[in-house]
Amino acid sequence: MTEPATANGWDEASEGLLRELAPQVLGVVARRFGDFSSAEDAVQEAMLAAFKQWPLEGVPENPRGWLIRVALRRMTDTVRSEIARRERETAMTPEAEPMIEPAKMETDMDPEDTLVLLFMCCHPALSMPSAIALTLRAVGGLTTAEIANAFMVPETTMAQRISRAKQSIKASKVPFCLPNPQERRERLPAVLHVLYLIFSEGYVSSIGAHLQRLDLAREAIRLTRSARALLPEDAEIAGLLALMLLTNARRNARTAPNEELVPLDKQDRSLWDRAEIAEGTNLLTLALSQGAVGLYQLQAAIAAVHDEATRAEDTDWPQILALYELLQRVSPSPMVTLNHAIAVAMVHGPAHGLERLKALESDERLAGHYRLDAVRGHLFEKLGDLDKAVQHYRAAATKTTSLPEQNYLMTQAARLEEVCKQPKK
Amino acid sequence: MKYILMMNTMRTGAGVPTWPRADLQAHIAFMQGLNRDLRESGELVSAEGLSFPDQARLVRAGRDGAPDTDGVFPESKEFLAGFWIVDVDTPERAYAIAARVSAAPGPGGKPLNMLIEVRPVMSAPPPEML
Repeated sequence: MTEPATANGWDEASEGLLRELAPQVLGVVARRFGDFSSAEDAVQEAMLAAFKQWPLEGVPENPRGWLIRVALRRMTDTVRSEIARRERETAMTPEAEPMIEPAKMETDMDPEDTLVLLFMCCHPALSMPSAIALTLRAVGGLTTAEIANAFMVPETTMAQRISRAKQSIKASKVPFCLPNPQERRERLPAVLHVLYLIFSEGYVSSIGAHLQRLDLAREAIRLTRSARALLPEDAEIAGLLALMLLTNARRNARTAPNEELVPLDKQDRSLWDRAEIAEGTNLLTLALSQGAVGLYQLQAAIAAVHDEATRAEDTDWPQILALYELLQRVSPSPMVTLNHAIAVAMVHGPAHGLERLKALESDERLAGHYRLDAVRGHLFEKLGDLDKAVQHYRAAATKTTSLPEQNYLMTQAARLEEVCKQPKK
Repeated sequence: MKYILMMNTMRTGAGVPTWPRADLQAHIAFMQGLNRDLRESGELVSAEGLSFPDQARLVRAGRDGAPDTDGVFPESKEFLAGFWIVDVDTPERAYAIAARVSAAPGPGGKPLNMLIEVRPVMSAPPPEML
């Protein structure tokens, strides 16, 4: 992935710097003009100009000032032509005030701007896909083309999605300022959810044909890191960052060289990233001492228990079971119940796990979902009822809409059937 | 979630090329309007119309793997006339788009009420763990 630095010193770090600066520049311009939507366009243009010019001419001495200057110039042009248009329409010539005093251009940075942007982009008025796209562009500093590529849709489609998201924000009249502490508490879960979705989209898709896609998992980690730096006292942001690190640490082990999915208990644990695990574990320890335990801290704790086992058989399942029981209380969902049943099976035997799954049959959020069949297949296999296991693996394979998952499930069924057909000695 | 919407048209009966001009234009405008709306809503991944079935060739690997082509399309009642791939929030939204396609105007402006087959594209990411 790393390209050699050019003669002008352009490398991955310079690109990182550019992305780092994007939300800061957007903050300055949006606050100055009170118009998030147009400011976002202006900053995007400045970013594109930098992507074009910096590798050739070298990174300017004051990159932030450069970006702000270019974005403000674009913004001023837009405002001027808008004023001119209105004047033509009304045939009046009001005293046109200069919009910007040049001397002020490079000052007036506010570290909270990134946070303001994050809350704005993850606004409840937006649909999840819109919030994700807008966050990646406005806060993450990614180009529309990069985001489109990551989600495998045409660039024009992604551009429309972003533009509609901005229109929704405009229509909802959210002011460009930090929500008060009360609102912040209410809206933080939505922000964390968006960051979590960006991560899981990146993490679970980073296999096979999708390897060439932009690394969304890394982007999500970067965004969550900056959110954590701005709200260091929030234990759930720390928990989310820990969860991402503890999960991402396994990415090299989760697919075989032939792109097949490798389940957790079959992974080569020497491929896990020890440094990432250590960082995640430390963060989690810190978060857990900070007070109220939330859903991300609990999921991170479960990931940490898996990560600390040198071999799959060393996994502390009773502890995982206890954590899932807590999770069911803090944030109940059919998926949590499903994972809880796996933990029950690991501690008390597969029959008990299957018993738990019965409770889910009537849950319409999960009835007919392939995961229920996949887990059943897994537990029947552990129980030694291979015929039933094959049946459930196949049922799951026909229901999933994930290609790697379908290949995995069909292979499981085929493997078990081979075992069944072997002549008994 | 991505879905494919497949528009199947009857092979027999009065085909689109035989329609009066006004009906034809209304139909074309309808399809253009639909595609424009899907582009503007940020949901369109791709949309393609397919040639008429007499342009189709059936291909099979012959000996040594060389293509063995058959010039005549078999007598099936329906053929795939076109498809859309959309990226939408919910399956219900995909069905709603399909219903709009289905009601495209035909002769005399009457809705064609075509059968649209909607299927998820295998694009969902695999789960974190099993």
